[in-house]
Amino acid sequence: MQSDIILKMEGICKSFPGVRALHNVDFTLRKGEIHALMGENGAGKSTLIKIITGVYQKDAGQIYLEGRPVSFRSPQEAQDMGIGTVFQEIALCPNLTVAENMFIGRGRDRFVHWKTMNGKAAEMLSSLGIPASPTQELASCSIAVQQMIAIARAVDMDCKILILDEPTSSLDEDEVQKLFALMRQLKARGVGIIFITHFIDQVYEISDRITVLRNGELIGEYEASSLPQIELISKMMGKALSDVSSMKKLEPGKADDSVPVFEATALSSAAGVRPFDFTIQKGEVNGFAGLLGSGRSESVRAIFAADKVTGGEVKVNGKRVKIKSPLDAMKQGIGYLPEDRKGDGIIDELSVRDNIILAMQVMKGFFRPLSRKQAEEFAEQFIQQLDIKVPSPNTPIKSLSGGNQQKVVLARWLLTQPMYLILDEPTRGIDVGTKVEIQKLVLKLAAEGMSLTFISSEIDEMLRVCSRMIVMKDREIVGELSGTNLTEQDVMQMIAQGGK
Amino acid sequence: MGAVSATKPRTRLSNSTLLFIIAGIIFVLMYGFALISYPGSFMQFQTFFDLFNFNAALFIVTLGLCVVMIGGGIDISVGAVCGLVTMACAMLLELGSGNIWGALFLALGIGLAFGLMHGFLIAYLEIQPFIVTLGGMFLAQGLLTTLHREPLNVTLPAFVALRNFTIEIPWLGTVNRLGIFIPCEIKPGVIVVVVLVALYAALMKWSRFGRNVYAVGGDRQSARMLGINVKRTTFLSYVICGFTAGISGFVFLMTTGAGNIGNGSLFEMKAIASNVMGGILLNGGVGNLLGAPIGTMTLLTINELIRAAGVQSNLQAIVSGLLLYLFIVLQSIVMSLRGSGKFRLALPSWLKSHQVQDK
Repeated sequence: MQSDIILKMEGICKSFPGVRALHNVDFTLRKGEIHALMGENGAGKSTLIKIITGVYQKDAGQIYLEGRPVSFRSPQEAQDMGIGTVFQEIALCPNLTVAENMFIGRGRDRFVHWKTMNGKAAEMLSSLGIPASPTQELASCSIAVQQMIAIARAVDMDCKILILDEPTSSLDEDEVQKLFALMRQLKARGVGIIFITHFIDQVYEISDRITVLRNGELIGEYEASSLPQIELISKMMGKALSDVSSMKKLEPGKADDSVPVFEATALSSAAGVRPFDFTIQKGEVNGFAGLLGSGRSESVRAIFAADKVTGGEVKVNGKRVKIKSPLDAMKQGIGYLPEDRKGDGIIDELSVRDNIILAMQVMKGFFRPLSRKQAEEFAEQFIQQLDIKVPSPNTPIKSLSGGNQQKVVLARWLLTQPMYLILDEPTRGIDVGTKVEIQKLVLKLAAEGMSLTFISSEIDEMLRVCSRMIVMKDREIVGELSGTNLTEQDVMQMIAQGGK
Repeated sequence: MGAVSATKPRTRLSNSTLLFIIAGIIFVLMYGFALISYPGSFMQFQTFFDLFNFNAALFIVTLGLCVVMIGGGIDISVGAVCGLVTMACAMLLELGSGNIWGALFLALGIGLAFGLMHGFLIAYLEIQPFIVTLGGMFLAQGLLTTLHREPLNVTLPAFVALRNFTIEIPWLGTVNRLGIFIPCEIKPGVIVVVVLVALYAALMKWSRFGRNVYAVGGDRQSARMLGINVKRTTFLSYVICGFTAGISGFVFLMTTGAGNIGNGSLFEMKAIASNVMGGILLNGGVGNLLGAPIGTMTLLTINELIRAAGVQSNLQAIVSGLLLYLFIVLQSIVMSLRGSGKFRLALPSWLKSHQVQDK
């Protein structure tokens, strides 16, 4: 084991207005090692990476590059010091040739020497074993090869540290292996590699060391070989919130299993979930469990056709239907409360009333507008029923707190009287009191005969409302759990053991 | 050049080359059709040369716009700038003290001024190119009508000599009914076109700036991440386009010899159409600069064909419009088939040898 440290970060702190992104984080990278940086979304991985690459400036702490204290003010500076980064989104130009993508923007020559450039590129490609020709257009390469070309560019710029941010998220099994072969080769050359991914199996396949972050804090650095998967997962997730665990368990709803309200076979979408089967009964509350990025949201988005559906069959109440767009899904009585409330859910500038009637209006068609009076009535009704704290229905929704915004979006769907409602992280960023209210509401709706899918990052919350849990890992369903005596341990166990 | 130890060296045509080849084939088909339908006029070489003689300015405008379009932008002021230049130069030449060099400098200066202004607003202030150049179009049109309302013939002897100057090709021509050999004639404007085509094609292919324009047109964000100065590249592309519009105005005046309010009108639209027909995608990043003259020739051939058919000129516009639809649809079909990997262009062997170089 080499011990020469190439990068050392000590006591790194970083805050954004209202958020503490990193607190006292240490990180050490050695020469010729592959070091996985793990943590759920929001754990602070990307913030840390952005500090290393000079995108953000640290508030406190010290960075040493090969023993010398450094501080990067721009990505360019970090690059010049030998820190290469390959982002999840490939930052290359698809319309240029492979060789151009490796060399453009680097030289100071006024003219392009195609022959020399192609020659150098060919050498580089063959030495790294990348199956591409310098003269082919980048767009004609597979995503994996494009990813490798981005790495080749970074490596050619004499990098000592290579940061790979989710490089495998859009690659298939074979391509991942090719990428790993390249990573091992670079490792043998003494490059220190920081590897970020959601795929836990991949971490164990390639990494030497693992650093875990949670909520902006360092949990620890471990040898990959001495950290069992289950422990890694529990470290990433952390303990359940103490204030929530003190709540008494709610009684999960009972399903009526005559005919499934919704049934999907081999459903898949462009967002990259493996084809999956799914059923839900009348009055059932089920949930997709798994780590963030395991494909939970992508699965429900496929059900609602929020991403382009690429295959599979769908039955509603036993009848085959085609759901090609969210509007089709809505017409079938399916509602979807998205995870990203800001991006997909609310319309900032509109009033609470208008936000509530939005879905209803879409369903009716725009040529039959709801009367002002009706809209007024609906809004009043739900503001009371869901106890939305708002001065008047005319208040713009953006001035509401997160919990109340969530209730407005919920009211919007309830107004359309769906028979199947999907709630993706409905309680995120909401205070504990409102959380419980929403959980109770979910169970009440189920008791009234609505079917619901409930997704949450907090497993104990899901355990309280769901009677059945579908466990996902690496964009695949790995199993199902049902019964009343489920514990968090059971779910984690299944995530750790599931899959290959 | 493709000597890599790659397992499967796929030398697929680039999109630029593919669209360029399609544009070339369409032009050849179109001209072939014209030859068969109206051999009387199209069989004469002079008809071919006249496409250039009378439309040199349009060819030039199209070239400048092509650079901007490859960079993912648009400039709809070029026609009005061209018109403004003709009138400004005509007035200067009609002043007692005016001379040809002064007029040339004025032409380049006006073009450059518009180019600099548009480039600055679009690249550095990040305003929509369509709106900025729409403003430029109104401004240039307004200035044109303010300068002079009536057609203005340039009578300066030196200029008239330049206007009437022609180059004869002694070994190429036709024999008329009386048995007299009439050699083909080329106007000086055509030389300008040829020089500019060669210059711009080289610029786009071999200069760092040219490749940066492709990168910016292909993906702005990526280009920035690759270390390209996106703003400067965008800025320069508009400067070049404006400058070229200035040149085209001068060449226009050299062809017609008069300043006129209608000069260069709708050139911007014809230039956009020509570029599209030449395989330059409006989205940017895709297209071969040599496609610009090819597309212009296609557009002009269509117009000549309709003129030869003897129908009214409004039909020209209708047919050009319909063909433009056809081109755009064809291009997007090809590109989308290609994107899904279903498209394969079966190339004859004599074309395959050229595909490595992007020409």
